[in-house]
Amino acid sequence: MLNQKEILSTIAMIDQQHLDIRTITMGISLLSCCDPDAKKACDKIYEKITRYAEKLVKTGEDIQHEFGIPIVNKRISVTPMALVAGASETEDYVPFAMALDRAAKTCGVNFIGGYSALVQKGMTLADEKLIRSIPEALDRTELVCSSINVGSTRAGINMDAVKLMGRVIKDTAARTADRDGLGCAKLVVFCNAVEDNPFMAGAFHGVGEAERVINVGVSGPGVVYHALQSVKGQPLDVVAETVKKTAFQVTRMGQLVAKEASSRLDTPFGIVDLSLAPTPAIGDSVARILEEMGLEVCGTHGTTAALALLNDAVKKGGVMASSSVGGLSGAFIPVSEDEGMIAAAKAGTLCVDKLEAMTCVCSVGLDMIAVPGDTPAETISAIIADEAAIGMVNNKTTAVRLLPTPGKNVGDTVEMGGLLGSAPVMPVHKESSADFIQRGGRIPAPLHSLRN
Amino acid sequence: MNAIVTVIGKDKVGIIAAVCIKLAEMNVNVLDISQTILDGKFTMVMAVDAANANVGFEELAAQLRELGEGMELSIRIQREEIFDAMHRI
Repeated sequence: MLNQKEILSTIAMIDQQHLDIRTITMGISLLSCCDPDAKKACDKIYEKITRYAEKLVKTGEDIQHEFGIPIVNKRISVTPMALVAGASETEDYVPFAMALDRAAKTCGVNFIGGYSALVQKGMTLADEKLIRSIPEALDRTELVCSSINVGSTRAGINMDAVKLMGRVIKDTAARTADRDGLGCAKLVVFCNAVEDNPFMAGAFHGVGEAERVINVGVSGPGVVYHALQSVKGQPLDVVAETVKKTAFQVTRMGQLVAKEASSRLDTPFGIVDLSLAPTPAIGDSVARILEEMGLEVCGTHGTTAALALLNDAVKKGGVMASSSVGGLSGAFIPVSEDEGMIAAAKAGTLCVDKLEAMTCVCSVGLDMIAVPGDTPAETISAIIADEAAIGMVNNKTTAVRLLPTPGKNVGDTVEMGGLLGSAPVMPVHKESSADFIQRGGRIPAPLHSLRN
Repeated sequence: MNAIVTVIGKDKVGIIAAVCIKLAEMNVNVLDISQTILDGKFTMVMAVDAANANVGFEELAAQLRELGEGMELSIRIQREEIFDAMHRI
């Protein structure tokens, strides 16, 4: 029999510490939708998504009511669209994005991811067409998210793609300037992208995946923060233990919801992504966890070490709680979506260079960072190259999601609203990286011996 | 289906009676009750069997929430599995 204390602790986690399931994401393979006729392909895509995901939102809501645990997002991820659209004889890929958008709206989901291309070694004609269509696609759709994988540990970094993506990010910001450059919040550039990530904007349904699958992303920075308040001043191994225990509990809940959703939707269970995903709400911040460990402000010396401890302890605690862990699994540090990060960036303590260092030891990368609107495309490409290099050499996933909002400068704030939050514009280095980026070509894959 | 009802809020006369009457109306059987005053707040945890309830789970939850709102209490019902998952290996 459960005791009262245990039951009340769960209620407190949900009520006061923002414990929630961040997302139930259904991955759907669209490979069967390929057609030489683009219009027919789009119709097949719409039909297949709406058939498979018809009950996704309703099921999420039912589970939320019965278990009393908020399920914040219901999402869909699909096969990287360049693979599907490549079969069609057309120059214009925007209709494929529009078909995804329509399907997402019919299903009632929050986002649909997979307007994507994997170009770590080279670009096919379809990949290039898709990448060049991204600014228009993200301008003309509301729910579509796009991701491009430009590097991997095995293939190296495709610097031609990196160069192109700097331009695409700038163009996307320009085309959505009337919405504070919102398009860029739905566009992420990866190195070592994973095929089963349920989180946006980088979710897509990899070609190694099944026909359809349910992936669940858990959250819980607030719960970890609260747990650490009970071990003030104690050694860091006690901190790590506390994080592990908390991550275990949070992940168990994610596993329960994932199993339940999978059985109700008659869809195989894929993975639980045990990430600490912050929200702009007070008390749901990863930065505040680092500060609770003893840092005055997130971003000061010691931040990378504290984050390394946190990230590792989350994984260790979570991995035993789920039958299958995958996705990005770790602590996220999206600046605009984290109340503590926003404060640290506004105070000037947290800068892009420190964030880059932090991404060496935690999940994902330079995420939701507003940079001045006049930042050159080559500088954005260079930031992508740096981040991809960290991922490539360290065998981990890294990503860049920058917001070069037109007309905004250091001191301004970019307002995204909702879970996307608001981002203070952070300075970047003024010195040019243009000649480096203009070279193009490839950075070869790294050596795996002689590691130093 | 076993579920847990939790009632938290300002103590007053008749809370247990009101909750039990509401549960009986919906044909929900009470299996166990524990009640205490925690940090000055009335706190009650009930294990119930809702398998034969005469309304759906969502309606059940809504009616209890409504009852709570009228009495300045937070009343919720959740399936037992969520607590088991978090606190039992």
